[in-house]
Amino acid sequence: MASLKSIKKRIVSVKNTRQITKAMKMVSAAKLRRAQENVVAARPYAKKLGEVLGRLAKSQDGSSSPLLQKRISQKALLVVVTSDRGLCGGFNANICKAAERFIREKKAEFAEISVTTVGRKGFEFLKNRQKINKNYGNVLSNLSYPTAALLAQEVVEGYVAEEYDEVYLLFNAFRSVMSQDITLQQLLPIVPEETAEEEYVPEYIYEPSKGELLDELLPKHIEVQVFKALLESVASEHGARMTAMDSASKNATEMIGKLTLQYNRARQAAITTELMEIISGAESIKG
Amino acid sequence: MAEKLKVDLVTPYKKILSEEVDEITATGALGEFGVLPGHAPFLTSLKIGELTYKKGGQLFHLAVNWGYFEVEDDKVTVLVETAERADEIDLERAKAALGRAEEALKRLSPEDKSYKTQEAALERALIRMQVAGKTTRK
Repeated sequence: MASLKSIKKRIVSVKNTRQITKAMKMVSAAKLRRAQENVVAARPYAKKLGEVLGRLAKSQDGSSSPLLQKRISQKALLVVVTSDRGLCGGFNANICKAAERFIREKKAEFAEISVTTVGRKGFEFLKNRQKINKNYGNVLSNLSYPTAALLAQEVVEGYVAEEYDEVYLLFNAFRSVMSQDITLQQLLPIVPEETAEEEYVPEYIYEPSKGELLDELLPKHIEVQVFKALLESVASEHGARMTAMDSASKNATEMIGKLTLQYNRARQAAITTELMEIISGAESIKG
Repeated sequence: MAEKLKVDLVTPYKKILSEEVDEITATGALGEFGVLPGHAPFLTSLKIGELTYKKGGQLFHLAVNWGYFEVEDDKVTVLVETAERADEIDLERAKAALGRAEEALKRLSPEDKSYKTQEAALERALIRMQVAGKTTRK
């Protein structure tokens, strides 16, 4: 049986751990709320932009913009969005696994698949398995539209320069606090949203011309999609961390209970032995 | 024809405005334009500039960044990257940004990649200062 002192020590250390996990849970909860608000706030913009794009793309048959045209696919780019920090359950592991699966499955389809990662965790996991052509670290803790736009612009530039023919975005979509959906989204070439056929499309006055507008709008669309994906990923990360820390705290509490029981038993046993010794000592003197 | 325009102004961060207004003016790709109720369907891109709307005889000013402006059936949708109301603008910051951009532009040649970004920053700072000077007029 473990000594009283060592059990006591363990109880103290588990208590300390619980304090940390509890604090982390609280921090995540607060951050989650903010991240969630950001996701909700970004939705109307993305939706409206998608609508405008859909309408424009529909009325503009056979657009000349390279971002809309399908090319013979040979090279693909996969953008994997993970987090910079760990301790958030299966959040990063799931994404990395999905990325590996994607690469395995598409190997036959594409001659070359390059990977760009956002977040330190994904980079560290995938760098040993795959050639990473770029990593964006430290952008998630303080996410802003310009950083997302920069990423999107670099992707678009690479696409226009025919460095890759298809671009996919892999990220955790925010479903609820408890669950995240791993989502694979085709970023390029752009597939415009289908609007209902019968919908009456009024004759618009376009300023400047339709084509010019579309050319300007398409890169923006990519930026917004990337921004939205990053926001969702951040919200998911905090959600995942909150759940992970919650169960860690629960486990710690359970463990403290078990250890306390063990400690009391050991203490009781020690007292009993001591008593026995005293009694038997007293008996022998008497005798 | 309806007498009011229903305006929705959204940025990636939040919905700035959702109101009924009498008149709206903005800077489009081809210059400044105004929209009154009953306008024909219209779609344009916006430049860095000033957006003004009139509501109940009051004028409101906003500084906006690149974006889109759509009119359909008296519904106006404005999508911009940033928008700030005149009273939200930090004049000191705009001045500092102006100084920084001017400095950077002096050092760069027009061929540099960041020349355009700096130029845009300069323009934004100028517009901010211009808008901040115009408080809501009665």
